Amino acid sequence: MPLTPILTAHWDEPDSHTIEGYRRHGGYDMVPVTLGVHPDDVIAYVKESGLRGRGGAGFPTGMKWGFVPQNTGRPNYLVVNADESEPGACKDIPLMLANPHALVEGCIHAAYAIRAHYAFIYVRGEVPHAIRRVAAAVREAQAAGFLGTDILGSGYDLTIVVHSGAGAYICGEETALLDSLEGRRGQPRLKPPFPAVAGLYGGPTVINNVETIANLPTIVRNGPEWFKQFGTEKSPGFKLFAVSGHVERPGIYEAPLGTTMRELLEYAGGVRAGHELKFWVPGGSSVPMLMPEHLDVPLTYEDMAGAGTMLGTGSPMVFDETTSVVRAISRWMHFYKHESCGKCTPCREGTFWLEQMLERFEHGTAEEADIETVDEICKQIAGRSFCALGDAAATPYAPALKYFREEFLAGTHTAASELFDPVASTVFAGAAAR
Amino acid sequence: MTVTSSGPSSPATQTVDGITISVDGVAVTVPKGTLVIRAAEQLGVAVPRFCDHPLLEPVAACRMCLVEIEGQPKPQPACAVTAAEGMKVKTQVTSDVARNAQQGVMEFLLINHPLDCPICDKGGECPLQNQAMANGRGESRFDGVKRTFPKPINVSAQILLDRERCVSCARCTRFAEQIAGDAFISLQERGAQQQVNISSDQPFDSYFSGNTIQICPVGALTSAKYRFRARPFDLISTPTVCEHCASGCGLRTDVRRSTVLRRQAWDVPEVNEEWNCDKGRFAFGYQVEGRLEHPLVRDDEGNLVTASWPEAISIAADGLRTAGAGSAVLTGGRLTLEDSYAYAKFARAVLGTDDIDFRARPASAEETAFLTALVAGRPVGPTYSDVESAPVVVLAGLDAEDESPIVFLRLRKGARARGVRVFSVAPFASAGVTKVQGRVLTAVPGGEATVLDSLADEGSAQGDAAEAARLLREPGALVLVGERLAQSPGALSAAARLAAATGARLAWVPRRAGERGALDAGALTGLLPGGRPLGSDDARAQAAEVWGVDVSALPVEPGRDLESVVSALHADAAAVAAADDPSAVDRAVRALVVAGVEAADLADPAGFLAALEAAPFVVSLEQRHSDVTQRADVVLPVAAVAERFGTFVDWEGRAREFSQVFPGAHSLSDARVLSMIATQLGSTAFKPDVATQREELAAFGSWDGERAEAPSVAAAEPVAVSDGEAVLATWRQLLDLGLLQEGDPFLGATARSAVARLSPSTARSLGVADGAEVTVSTDVGSLTLPLVVTAMPDGVVWLPANSDGSTPRATLGAGHGDVVRISGGAA
Repeated sequence: MPLTPILTAHWDEPDSHTIEGYRRHGGYDMVPVTLGVHPDDVIAYVKESGLRGRGGAGFPTGMKWGFVPQNTGRPNYLVVNADESEPGACKDIPLMLANPHALVEGCIHAAYAIRAHYAFIYVRGEVPHAIRRVAAAVREAQAAGFLGTDILGSGYDLTIVVHSGAGAYICGEETALLDSLEGRRGQPRLKPPFPAVAGLYGGPTVINNVETIANLPTIVRNGPEWFKQFGTEKSPGFKLFAVSGHVERPGIYEAPLGTTMRELLEYAGGVRAGHELKFWVPGGSSVPMLMPEHLDVPLTYEDMAGAGTMLGTGSPMVFDETTSVVRAISRWMHFYKHESCGKCTPCREGTFWLEQMLERFEHGTAEEADIETVDEICKQIAGRSFCALGDAAATPYAPALKYFREEFLAGTHTAASELFDPVASTVFAGAAAR
Repeated sequence: MTVTSSGPSSPATQTVDGITISVDGVAVTVPKGTLVIRAAEQLGVAVPRFCDHPLLEPVAACRMCLVEIEGQPKPQPACAVTAAEGMKVKTQVTSDVARNAQQGVMEFLLINHPLDCPICDKGGECPLQNQAMANGRGESRFDGVKRTFPKPINVSAQILLDRERCVSCARCTRFAEQIAGDAFISLQERGAQQQVNISSDQPFDSYFSGNTIQICPVGALTSAKYRFRARPFDLISTPTVCEHCASGCGLRTDVRRSTVLRRQAWDVPEVNEEWNCDKGRFAFGYQVEGRLEHPLVRDDEGNLVTASWPEAISIAADGLRTAGAGSAVLTGGRLTLEDSYAYAKFARAVLGTDDIDFRARPASAEETAFLTALVAGRPVGPTYSDVESAPVVVLAGLDAEDESPIVFLRLRKGARARGVRVFSVAPFASAGVTKVQGRVLTAVPGGEATVLDSLADEGSAQGDAAEAARLLREPGALVLVGERLAQSPGALSAAARLAAATGARLAWVPRRAGERGALDAGALTGLLPGGRPLGSDDARAQAAEVWGVDVSALPVEPGRDLESVVSALHADAAAVAAADDPSAVDRAVRALVVAGVEAADLADPAGFLAALEAAPFVVSLEQRHSDVTQRADVVLPVAAVAERFGTFVDWEGRAREFSQVFPGAHSLSDARVLSMIATQLGSTAFKPDVATQREELAAFGSWDGERAEAPSVAAAEPVAVSDGEAVLATWRQLLDLGLLQEGDPFLGATARSAVARLSPSTARSLGVADGAEVTVSTDVGSLTLPLVVTAMPDGVVWLPANSDGSTPRATLGAGHGDVVRISGGAA
């Protein structure tokens, strides 16, 4: 399938992040149209487009909006999850840098649809450059009359608050994000009540991913039918695929859902010269890895599920034969242990234990029985933790063991660094050789 | 493990909104909204748990209670899932999934736990230990490096925290936030480093902090008082009732080798639920320190010397025989119902006097009339559950958190869960008012009556008062009055008028554990047991019958209260000093029998001590050496609560009977000592045992005859203050210099430090800012304290009544409503 630069169409223009650059290509033109119809019509429109959440779970966006009750006596809120922290995921931050107005305009359509007068964009704290871009875009939109009171004379008011996180992966979990946004410690909330019923400050709340929201202006402008011509029936539309790892040209490739990894690899110039694909991960570290034999599986929500994994954030990581699977899993586990919020026992204690166990494999000091122990620890976490972060931590090991058991066996006697020279898998490895 | 009552649910709950689910294949019907873990308990299935607590909101953090629910792909936390009709639950009893999940969680919980059970206070009564045995694997597979913390840390002077033992169940932090309203501890950091801790500038100085130790399911929280003192299996436990206030908390007193080592809250759902305050939990050292061990009598040189019991009783009896009806009996507010009853009977039936007063604090004739008409001998109620479900509770002269902590907890529970509106007739919003989301109906000391009267007239009330006035007319509305109103002329009358005008129910919440019992037992002038008026022939006849004495032996005319007795003694002393022949003076008070009265508690401490000096004969029944025993002619040691059976009547009027902690105790109850004197005096009416006293009290029952009218004292005129003067507002803090807190330094260190409070404009007029020193003085003395600028009326200064550095009664000779001088800086 060909690339479909839509959100990314004008990223190469020097002023793509400004309101002038955005408006040059029709940006904000659809705001008066949206504000002129009934909010339920906007919801129906988005439902019809089949847009699914781009944050990882792929929940149908229009349906999510439809869950929000009206007239509860509490204000409704729109919250944008811009806490992109998943290892491997790097799509929302470039989007916010290059095209923040698509996000701001999307917020207007979404907030209007769910009858929210406040929208909060919760941006990961480690990316101040992205926070500045989004904040600037909000100021520009406000100055241009697209935000504030009585927008374009429609009688509709909307304020967008850009909020900086403080550096916790857990705050990408939507209820932990809400707690953090309210000024509390970021830990997931007990559900029910679900955010759609009682979310931010107890008000009905919709939480959407940056890319999901940024899709809305194009859908409103071109219509659901246009949107559905991309992708598959169950996964309509296009997607920012952030390809990273051992490829010649890592980067963001915008393509219809259903594009295969083989195609994305071609766009990215293939696995780096002189090397071959060992394994790949389609959607960030929290989804099971795939092998070269899966290169032709379409990158859709349903096909990835069929292959035993998930589309996730749509951020494929590519690993060549220089990579130690043991070391890769160990690094991820270090991440999950470091980011576990501590609320529930399985994730807090399980990641603490797993990190130590995987370090043994990495250092060549594990025992063969540890292979099964680690597998059982993962099973004791998966499906028993409070939120999906625990499940994510328990995910990578089983497929790694399935495909590369011999590397774990080697971990009972030989350090991973001896089997796989760490330098060989770095970007500068070639330079060293030259 | 905390398992709630497993009794079968009543038929009523099964028919009204009943939900039927099956747990391990057995059907159980529970009320709508019941959690699965509670439903399982109904069948006797104890799903293991740590974070779950029936009185805390669910959090589902520990994941120990995972069970299998048909139709759910993953095991679910039984503590957070509400039972739904037809739900099929399989616990560890019948489900491998649940069993494996629980064993996995338990294995996780133990990897970072130090397993130092042999030196841990909790070992032997530890939910982690017990459930590890019941629901865990035999062996841990973890052989890595455990997370450790420096240990222990003091989160307060009393509470210690061993963080590595913590399983992050958040019971303690949720208790502090939800129940006590003192969120001074919280979870901090993340992952395995997550820990309970305090803010660097605010220790866990909550009045209720000790409850966190009790609900901690591991040994992470311990008390300085009990840490390393005993193993649970070496303790002998007795259910008891707290003697510190009128809340009536059930306690469990734990003894090892004849020493009380620990007290915990007992689960009494209708009274204290599962909580108590730190005073009740930690203040019991006084029962050991400074105790009187033998009777004392005056020798020829006037020194108190040890005497045998027969000698001391004989001297006491001789002195009282001589004095006869010229004796007065002052009992203090800390006695059991049975002891108070014994004094009431002893005064009337043996001495023939009605000079008796249980109030060892500022009181008034108006209060006597109020209590006689409206409180004495009335049946139970309003109750705690009425507090929890009232549309409105008006607190008048009562700071519940400081004066009756469990009333405060119920108010807070009601305010949080059911929106109970709380109004406090007080000069400012204390911490205890703020935490029940209460609002202040501002009253200058002495002006309480005016505020209460304003509520009685719905039409004229403004603002918050209008809302209070409206709500007071709804069914279930309550007015709770405290002991402080006795110092505000007209206030108790106004409270009675308010209740009559609105239909609200009225309750008197005294501060001391024995006051309601003493009142019901008739230890007050003019009152016989059960609320009987002394002036009634029927009442006297009934008393004479129960007591087995001739009715003519009983006094007819109402006697004197404590203040009048003291005045009479001063008058006697003056007459004696003026007389040519002192022995010829006809004294009004010829002997005193004093029990549990502390001079510093009284309106005029020095005057009381001078009266004791002036009294011809003083018999003191006391537990410890005191100002009174030093001035007594005969001192008779009596039993502390742990050494005897008894009953405290809580503010509700509920009789709270308790058992003897030390079965072999040699000390004697007040009643027993009185019976010995009575026998010596030739009376046959006295039986020394608790059972007989209870039978007699039951025989009295409640007075169903006519009662005196409630007092109708008019509201006092506002006190005028000039520049440099202020009206003193003062009441006691829960933790202060109270004698029953002696010997417990860790508890004392958590007391609120004494401050003075002034309004912003009064502070400005003195030229002092927040934190600066303010001096409060009278002709008697002065106190200098740091200022806390507070939203309160101008021209009012607040001081704690009996705290370290602030003892206005003793130092200033001034009390609530008196005018004092105020100035900036030190004296």
